Amino acid sequence: MLDKFGIAKRIAQELRDGYYVNLGIGIPTLVANYIPEGMEVVLQSENGLLGMGAFPFEGEEDPDLINAGKQTVTMVNGASIFDSATSFGMIRAGKVDLTVLGAMEVSDNGDIANWKIPGKMVKGMGGAMDLVASAKNIIVAMQHTNKAGESKLLPKCSLPITGLGCVKKVVTELGVFDITERGFELKEIAPGVSIEEVKAKTLGRLVVEGDIKTVSV
Amino acid sequence: MRKVYASAEAAIEDIQDGAVLMLGGFGLCGIPENSIAALVKKGVKGLTCISNNAGVDDFGIGLMLQGRQVKKMISSYVGENAEFERQLLSGELEVELIPQGTLAERCRAAGAGIPAFYTPAGVGTEVAEGKEMRVFNGKTYLMEYAFDADYAIVKAWKGDKHGNLVFKDTARNFNPMMAMAGKITIAEVEELVEAGELHPNEIHVPGIYVHRIVLGENYEKRIEQRTVRKKGE
Repeated sequence: MLDKFGIAKRIAQELRDGYYVNLGIGIPTLVANYIPEGMEVVLQSENGLLGMGAFPFEGEEDPDLINAGKQTVTMVNGASIFDSATSFGMIRAGKVDLTVLGAMEVSDNGDIANWKIPGKMVKGMGGAMDLVASAKNIIVAMQHTNKAGESKLLPKCSLPITGLGCVKKVVTELGVFDITERGFELKEIAPGVSIEEVKAKTLGRLVVEGDIKTVSV
Repeated sequence: MRKVYASAEAAIEDIQDGAVLMLGGFGLCGIPENSIAALVKKGVKGLTCISNNAGVDDFGIGLMLQGRQVKKMISSYVGENAEFERQLLSGELEVELIPQGTLAERCRAAGAGIPAFYTPAGVGTEVAEGKEMRVFNGKTYLMEYAFDADYAIVKAWKGDKHGNLVFKDTARNFNPMMAMAGKITIAEVEELVEAGELHPNEIHVPGIYVHRIVLGENYEKRIEQRTVRKKGE
């Protein structure tokens, strides 16, 4: 079983040199800690920053420099600043190579629900709908089941949709799944997890074929 | 050219009850603190506020919510404000939530003479309900309209007496497009300089878009999420 750091480490293996990457709030943010040595990856923050760096040292935080989670951050060498329209322009135009998001539910055709639970206070979609509508490569990082133990990998999302047919890959504590026309294809399984457990916790169409590699992080 | 106003109070003086305002900023970063304080002091009511967020309970637009000055918020994310939630649930406050990129583009369109545009954001979601849809190159898009705001109120780092504006770091965010979009645009700045002191190459918003400019004072610049690391980490 992977913990949240394991999920982030596994997703970091999807990074390639020169990638521009947008990381959502939660587990996705952790991916930034596992960028392979020697690889240059540029992080995009949709409030208008390319080249987001680490948190500032104590005493050096600047209220004018935050990320989309409203946290104080720094800029790396080669960073650039732009307005929100330009930021979403580059997102909609497909310039961002990889987007990593959390989700409440993902369906086996790649729909994602991650912005609203009916009956609870609605906080808003922020930039999530713009990101999922246009990103060419979306990986979802999430727990396989919700707090009630119910599968989050479904035949159809039950919560309000954020975007249709957009998720390409899901990484959970149980393994790595590609979303294809056949559904969730199990590509790698987490250490100590059985295929039976994956089957039991996946409600959407699941494809298990051939030798399944164990996730190595 | 008389764009310089003596105070934020003077610059917002003619804003009437029921006005539609754009307010720049992302969270509490780059918000027009002086103008918000002036709007609170003036007590103008029934406002529609177009702003990415709604501030926190005791800062930013939250201060206007406390005074029940806001009738409607048009935002992308409003999660950090208990008074906001109370007014929303009690029906005192109307809220329209729209995708952040759509919010930005509806501002940009207003300042660029584009009445409407097509975006993929929100297709297949409740955001698309009742909107015109159209397929381009096999992909479905929905139509969104440019905003129509009476006033845009923005915060810049530096400005000159012609209204040319320069922003600092991520305090830029929605401010430039909102500055372009207002029928009347009010900019408050941390440094107000003579024409010629800002290099033309560094201007982010040309002064043609800015009708009133004010030297702000006593910026608090509150940080919402102070995240730091220790030396050596």
